[in-house]
Amino acid sequence: MNAQLQPTGSAYFIAKETEKPENHTLSVLVDNEPGVLARVIGLFSGRGYNIESLTVSETEHEKHLSRITIVTRGTPHVLEQIKHQLERIVPVHRVVDLTVRSQELGQERPLERELALVKVAGTGEARVEALRLADAFRASVIDANTEHFIFEITGKGSKLDQFIAIMKPLGLVEICRTGVAAMNRGPQGM
Amino acid sequence: MSNGQNERREMTGAEMVVQALKDNGVKHVFGYPGGAVLPIYDEIFQQDEVEHILVRHEQGAGHAAEGYARSTGKAGVLLVTSGPGATNAVTPLQDALMDSIPLVCLTGQVPTSLIGSDAFQECDTVGITRPCTKHNWLVKDVNELAATIHEAFHVATTGRPGPVVVDIPKDVQFAKGMYVPPQTAPRTSYQPKVQGDLEKVKAAVELMAGAKKPIIYSGGGVVNSGPEASHLLRELVDLTGFPITSTLMGLGAYPASGKNWVGMLGMHGTYEANMAMHDCDVMVCIGARFDDRITGRLNAFSPNSKKIHIDIDPSSINKNVHTDVPILGDVGRVLEDLVRLWRATAKADKKALYPWWEQIAKWRARDSLAYKMNNDVIMPQYAIQRLYALTKDMDTYITTEVGQHQMWAAQHYHFEKPNRWMTSGGLGTMGYGLPAALGVQIAHPDALVVDIAGDASVQMTMQEMSTAVQYEAPIKIFILNNQYMGMVRQWQQLLHGNRLSHSYTEAMPDFVKLAEAYGGHGIRCDKPDELDDAIREMISVKKPVLFDCRVATLANCFPMIPSGKAHNEMLLPDEATDEAVANAIDAKGRELV
Repeated sequence: MNAQLQPTGSAYFIAKETEKPENHTLSVLVDNEPGVLARVIGLFSGRGYNIESLTVSETEHEKHLSRITIVTRGTPHVLEQIKHQLERIVPVHRVVDLTVRSQELGQERPLERELALVKVAGTGEARVEALRLADAFRASVIDANTEHFIFEITGKGSKLDQFIAIMKPLGLVEICRTGVAAMNRGPQGM
Repeated sequence: MSNGQNERREMTGAEMVVQALKDNGVKHVFGYPGGAVLPIYDEIFQQDEVEHILVRHEQGAGHAAEGYARSTGKAGVLLVTSGPGATNAVTPLQDALMDSIPLVCLTGQVPTSLIGSDAFQECDTVGITRPCTKHNWLVKDVNELAATIHEAFHVATTGRPGPVVVDIPKDVQFAKGMYVPPQTAPRTSYQPKVQGDLEKVKAAVELMAGAKKPIIYSGGGVVNSGPEASHLLRELVDLTGFPITSTLMGLGAYPASGKNWVGMLGMHGTYEANMAMHDCDVMVCIGARFDDRITGRLNAFSPNSKKIHIDIDPSSINKNVHTDVPILGDVGRVLEDLVRLWRATAKADKKALYPWWEQIAKWRARDSLAYKMNNDVIMPQYAIQRLYALTKDMDTYITTEVGQHQMWAAQHYHFEKPNRWMTSGGLGTMGYGLPAALGVQIAHPDALVVDIAGDASVQMTMQEMSTAVQYEAPIKIFILNNQYMGMVRQWQQLLHGNRLSHSYTEAMPDFVKLAEAYGGHGIRCDKPDELDDAIREMISVKKPVLFDCRVATLANCFPMIPSGKAHNEMLLPDEATDEAVANAIDAKGRELV
């Protein structure tokens, strides 16, 4: 939280931050080599930036390229710094602030989706209710016996939050979320 | 360069290391052997193209390599063992990162099969050095070793220069594989932009041409960009007639004897430089990064100016201070365009700058570097002035430690050329200067290399005197001995009610005897009228010298921008009474320090 108050300026002449922090989603294209994720994460912790969500996977196997999607929070000035600092990392090919890009394209925000696995245990009325709600949320059952379900649900983070909140009184046991995958609408690549 | 060029052949990893050093033009390596680098040391033993300098501590190797790099413009190379060898190198790596010095650090590592087992002298070298290097590599396959070392040199020396680490497990050093010579195709993800955007350069010229109160603020990036950049900077100043100031790291890029020079800026910079920065209408920042020692209070920094910023690192632009015309590129290349466009389109109206120069002359008349001369005690400023007077006509290189002496050196030693001034600016590493002087002397055996030191700093890396004696490197360690950690004490006086907590050294070694114990030469001087002769003696001795210059113990470094203050709120020496010092920083400023 301190990072909000004291962004990249000096620790010695601290000026009050007047800009408002925003959530932005960054796409980072990197060489998939040992340590590359540690470099990215280390940059965030070392410089006091926030990570709200992070996903990473190799996306182009022949070129050994991975795409890292980071949701971060900061003032516009800090967000610009984060982008430039990421670009300094040697195995980083490209950094795109999807949120800025979507605004340039005249859209509200980039497409963002997340997947969650949600385990719910229970019998009787609660169990029926859980299944009914899952159906309403278009969550699919991927494992079940007479005492539990595991639901797979995909959507915006807010939808997942809502689904999980509803499952809580119905015997919620375990949650696993992937973090945000994102890209911009339209025909252009990143 | 060597017979390895354009030739693929089989060799061991250790052979590859030495061959790669040769192929990258390395003449000297600073290092310290240990279990995990013995195969490489065995190869070094069997050749004489690459000379190895055996230091006494790996930190010394790092700073020596920094001094070597800074004074030659080439990469400095150090070779250390795993575990403690690598961790001891961390301080110089971070130092080089902050001051943009190209270093290639080769570290030994335990055999790959033992990595992660807490083996003897194992540490996670790439993990530990990740945040203090520009990039680092752990090489697990001997067939990738040569290419990795070549890439390491490329990354260290191009773009914004910096330190890199190549961690080489011992089994990889023994294994046989294919050596490849340096190749020209770098990885696609690393392509620093060197050519500035011409439209931006045009905008800069336009802004500069209309300036009434301009200033050029140059930094270490000009020195890093090479001698041509310094040459172009001088040309630009001549063409425009603008006043020029510089950061600590940039001293020498524009000559201190130049008529447009207004002195160093920043916390201990001159009054005229800081006032000009505060009042200017156009600021041209060239290869500097608006560090907090430069800007003072950010929201009061040069409030009425348009700012042009030339830098090779996009993250430096708009980091601390908003820039109106950012130009991303190598300082040398951008200056080339800037000078050319200025010649073609702008007409310098030097008359229009007269009022500005008159104002600067008024500020200069405050004589902000003045101090009270004393006939019985050597004033530290006087010691530097005499050192300067007696060495300026020689082929001199100056290094420093960190503290008051460093600031006095920057204020009172005047640099005419780039690459002559080696100091730890960003990290502020006490103990930098002595090993750095060693590195400079190895690169320039016939030059006069002086480390302007403090009594506290110099004891942090004193052991390298032994190295200097072994390699007959006649470095001169000019110690301004006041028995205090002077800068710490100065801040305690300013901020902590003059409670001098642990900033006084009760037991000081006899530096003359210490010099003799190492096999060097010791000199002591405590009288102003004997100082010149003593300095002459120091210069003439062809051995490493420890010069114990006993100076006024309580002198403080002025002028000064106290923390929390702006450029136009400097504390000047003639105003620095005890009361003014005690009240210089208010309660709010105190929290900020």
